[in-house]
Amino acid sequence: MSKAQIRKIITVVDEVHIEMGKTISPTTRRAAAIAVIANPFAGSYTEDLEPLMEIGAELGGLLGERAVQALGIKPEQAESYGKAAIVGENGELEHAAAILHPKLGAPLRKAVEKGAALVPSAKKMGGPGTPMDVPLGHKDAAYVRSHFDAMEVRVNDAPRANEILVAVCVTDSGRPLPRVGGLTHEEAEGKDGLR
Amino acid sequence: MPSVELRKQVISVEETWHEGGPVADVPNRRASGMIIIKNPYAGKYVEDIQPFIEDLKPYGLSLARAVLDALGVEGSAIEGYGKGAIIGEAGELEHGALWHPAGGYAMREVLDGTKAIVPSTKKVGGVGARLDVPITHVNAAYVRSHFDAVEVGCNDAPRADELAYILVMSTGPRVHSRSGGLEATDIKGEDGLK
Repeated sequence: MSKAQIRKIITVVDEVHIEMGKTISPTTRRAAAIAVIANPFAGSYTEDLEPLMEIGAELGGLLGERAVQALGIKPEQAESYGKAAIVGENGELEHAAAILHPKLGAPLRKAVEKGAALVPSAKKMGGPGTPMDVPLGHKDAAYVRSHFDAMEVRVNDAPRANEILVAVCVTDSGRPLPRVGGLTHEEAEGKDGLR
Repeated sequence: MPSVELRKQVISVEETWHEGGPVADVPNRRASGMIIIKNPYAGKYVEDIQPFIEDLKPYGLSLARAVLDALGVEGSAIEGYGKGAIIGEAGELEHGALWHPAGGYAMREVLDGTKAIVPSTKKVGGVGARLDVPITHVNAAYVRSHFDAVEVGCNDAPRADELAYILVMSTGPRVHSRSGGLEATDIKGEDGLK
């Protein structure tokens, strides 16, 4: 049973073929899966946000799977991830928190296999067409420096005042030309979520 | 070795008393600081860019202090932080990554050695581009009440050959925090996570 009242789903794949004149092969790829949903609590202050937490659980699986499908990869080939929400003007920031934090992570981790690291996140209030920078971090070891990144997402007609835009991003790679040192993908142990 | 050519610094403080719910006695305060500097690597591919990290470090320290000053508090009063970079169009994404060691460690030093990783975002953007800079708790990344973000930008930056480097700090949880999870009062603050 669908708990979220979904108006739209958008998937985007961003593939880098050339960066600063250098050919990137294989290409680095970032995918975003975005749902635009009705905000059940728009227009009033509601203390108990549990229904939004359930919507988060539903969207974590749905959007995680959509992003992995868009990349055309197996779940274990996902390398980094991130999540974000924009709340339309009749809602409040906490509505984004209730969707993103309590229950969205577990089904997302299932969609990308493992995921020992915290899922980096961002949230804000905004109107239709507001861009959102979704932070990206390595899915198993947050300190992997080559995978610190972000993906900008934007939907021209969302979120409307009574809507929430929820985005999940998944990649199969780090930045195109990583060379600022730090922990690498190959060195990461992926046990404690940090290194 | 390239030197840092600073054109602008922009500091912003946002205070929130309520978002439609109970009015807080103490507002949630978030501050951002952004330096706009010339990108020494604009317009060409340069393999070894790491020397610039050392040049940037003092600027990371001074920006962290400026943000702290804007909030008018001691480092111990800062509960959340984040960082970010916007790279002007003649640069590449990797130039933004230089801020990880330069800005992140500077901010942690100014805040007396915090435990949690500094969350971040970066992108290439034109003049007036805005960046959503994530925020998490300074000593335990899983503290749910402190997950947040601040939108940062400047109308005339970054120009094509510029870099905008950003630090953000907050003094407390979201104003109507009630989504459960780990609370700041329950953390151990040892591993940076819980």
